[in-house]
Amino acid sequence: MTTTARPLGDRVAGNQEAGTPSAQTHAAGLIRYVIIGALLGIVLIKSEIVSWYRIQEMFRFQSFHMYGVLGSAMVTAMVSLRVVRWLNVRSLSGEAIVIPPKVVGKGYRYWIGGALFGIGWAFTGACPGPLFALVGSGATVFVAVAVAALAGTWTYGRFRSSLPH
Amino acid sequence: MWDALRGPWPWYVGGPVIGLMVPVLLIAGNKQLGVSSALRAICAATVPGRVEFFRYDWRRAGLWNIALALGVVIGAAFAVSVLGTGTPDVAPSTRDALAAIGVSRMQGLLPAELFSWRGLLTPRGFVLMAGGGFLVGFGATYAGGCTSGHGVMGMATLQRASMIALVGIFAGGLLATFVLLPIVLRLP
Repeated sequence: MTTTARPLGDRVAGNQEAGTPSAQTHAAGLIRYVIIGALLGIVLIKSEIVSWYRIQEMFRFQSFHMYGVLGSAMVTAMVSLRVVRWLNVRSLSGEAIVIPPKVVGKGYRYWIGGALFGIGWAFTGACPGPLFALVGSGATVFVAVAVAALAGTWTYGRFRSSLPH
Repeated sequence: MWDALRGPWPWYVGGPVIGLMVPVLLIAGNKQLGVSSALRAICAATVPGRVEFFRYDWRRAGLWNIALALGVVIGAAFAVSVLGTGTPDVAPSTRDALAAIGVSRMQGLLPAELFSWRGLLTPRGFVLMAGGGFLVGFGATYAGGCTSGHGVMGMATLQRASMIALVGIFAGGLLATFVLLPIVLRLP
């Protein structure tokens, strides 16, 4: 991190000496994501989204809990994005807020990738957020699950060009 | 207040807090909520090999993903040690269904009989943890997002790609729950 010579994409507000982004500003810029992530980690544990039992309940359509979590998260995000648009809110570094659309293309990657991910989610009870949360929770065997997930990601990267997208 | 924070949080608290991360990340630095990108960034930072997919400027584009994931680990450790966890109040019908496929003890956030270091060395545990973990990483990266990136961020912006991904995720999850899991749990 100390060898970063490149200008930062997002500078810390009020600390914008042009052309001299130090390692310190980079670290200060990153700390906000650690804090946001920490809040996410707390919610994932306390709302029991990390629970294998809860995921089983969801896939068996036997409880509203997970649907309530996902549904209210979607609605909150949607409404707050409308507000951000209306008020013309800018990012901390003063940029206009942009959300690049996801390219649909033939859609194979979403069908196939989604389905494979879904199998893994039902097996482990953990999607990527809960995977990291479970490691932090002290369920140390999830370090092995996370390494397996990294191996999966790496394998995808390796064979990306020969997979249908 | 403290007691309410220590108990399990209902869906109408957890969901909106997660939803608010979408505008917060956009304001913090024009970032789109998504956790699976951290997997790509970690690969790029550790073992990129000669794989083009990992030869991107991860210091500039991916370090924030790693910072977010690190935060999740820290936040979870805080939640467990300071606020505590219990056993989820799982629906009776789910208890019965799980007991029927051999998961009868229900204690803590997940069944310790399935998820343990010792279990990892059994065929059943290996398929569940190593196989399942592999598919989580492979599938989420293939699909270009997971529950957060497609399920929350993508759905909130009404992306067709995310709707397709969500249908795919559920198709895979149902197949695993009703067809594959009963078979895997019969393994030694």
